Amino acid sequence: MNYFREGFIWLNDPLNWTNPGGLLDRLEEHLVISLWAVLLGCAIGWPLGIWLGHRGRGGGAVITFANLTLAIPTLALLTILPLTPLGFGKPPVVVALAVFAVPPLLANAYTGLRQIDPETRDAAKGMGLSGGQLLRQVELPLSVPYLAAGLRTAAVQVVATAALAAFVNGGGLGEIIAAGFGIGMSNGGGGQIVAGGIAVALLALLVEALLAGVQRLVTPQALRGRQRRRPTAAAPAG
Amino acid sequence: MSFLSRAPAPAWPLAAPADGPGNPWFSWRYVHDNADEILSALQFHAGLTARAVVIALVVALPLAVVAYWWRPLTGPILALSGVLYTIPSLALLALVAPAVGTTSDTSVLIALVLYALLVLVRNSLAGLTQVPGEVRDAAAGMGYGRVGRLLRIELPLALPGILTGLRLATVSTVALVTVGSLIGKGGLGEMILGGFRNNFYKAEIMTGTILCVGLALVLDLVLAGVGRLLTPWTRERRS
Repeated sequence: MNYFREGFIWLNDPLNWTNPGGLLDRLEEHLVISLWAVLLGCAIGWPLGIWLGHRGRGGGAVITFANLTLAIPTLALLTILPLTPLGFGKPPVVVALAVFAVPPLLANAYTGLRQIDPETRDAAKGMGLSGGQLLRQVELPLSVPYLAAGLRTAAVQVVATAALAAFVNGGGLGEIIAAGFGIGMSNGGGGQIVAGGIAVALLALLVEALLAGVQRLVTPQALRGRQRRRPTAAAPAG
Repeated sequence: MSFLSRAPAPAWPLAAPADGPGNPWFSWRYVHDNADEILSALQFHAGLTARAVVIALVVALPLAVVAYWWRPLTGPILALSGVLYTIPSLALLALVAPAVGTTSDTSVLIALVLYALLVLVRNSLAGLTQVPGEVRDAAAGMGYGRVGRLLRIELPLALPGILTGLRLATVSTVALVTVGSLIGKGGLGEMILGGFRNNFYKAEIMTGTILCVGLALVLDLVLAGVGRLLTPWTRERRS
């Protein structure tokens, strides 16, 4: 617990927050990188997932892709991408993080459109809605909770993995931890390492809580009840 | 003429330029020259993965059973492992390493186990809850007690769910071990990061990456094969 106390002492020093390269600087970098990565992931994952879900095929490919990205170490992409024409700096980090943001966004968008009751779809078609109208007026509103769930998973994952950017000097809160290791345990770096760890963990939990609230807000009342009942129905009867 | 000028060309990592034809993405020569180091990194990586997954499974299965037997505990157990899962791996390592030891692989092991726990608990629990009520009633009617029913009926029927969790946990653990590079215990991650720091030596980075992804896929296939052997009934139903 000694190191935890040192960590809190480190966090209590205002200079550690306001110094150049201090917590506030790193937090801003972290959030900017994460925001761009999530936006890029949304720009790719959502249209693709919605299109595949609307067409009703490609589910196997979506799952295969999601499982495949699970096997790719973040560290590998973070080190490989700067050596491609993307160059050094923020772009490769953003792209690397976006790659891991796409699967949850894509899979949830696909599931969101596929879980819609086929009867609802038939009814909408029977009322004379065209493919585009069906998508805009029926399918998308009904899949909003799933899109929000995907966004939450992806954002939390991006914020969490953005800490790894420190390995390639990409900025973000991970730099605090890396700098702590640079100082060395014997010179009091332990406190800074723990402080960085606390900061990253708190940020991830905060984003999770915030987006869980957003997810609740955008879920229409009628769908909210159904979602809450589902786990109980799946639970054992006896 | 000095002694140095007659020496063979310097070792690759030192001479590798940042870019250009002298720094290919893959080189058999690198693999050949560094076979020992590559093998030991692979061995360390696989060993750490295996230890982490086995420990996580040993912890997760009882937790899942506890959550299954005492329903009020289901929420807290899932919530706790969910919070642990949300904490970034690097942060977890940063919190664990100073206390456990910044040069010991136990720190990495602890972080990996905590991370694999959620997937295993959630999937095992899903597998257990999917056992049909009639099957449970029939087992009770045949005189099985709670433990006997669990061991002979419910766990075998939950195997597909448990195995799915095991595969997911294994694949993500293989990728996560690389984060251990933070304290110099990253297995193949050491090669990836080492290549990056070593004047952007692409062959080293790529070899580490390929082996890492390959290891994950091989382990996944092996576990899938084991799963097929252990659950012959799912195969019959499908065909």
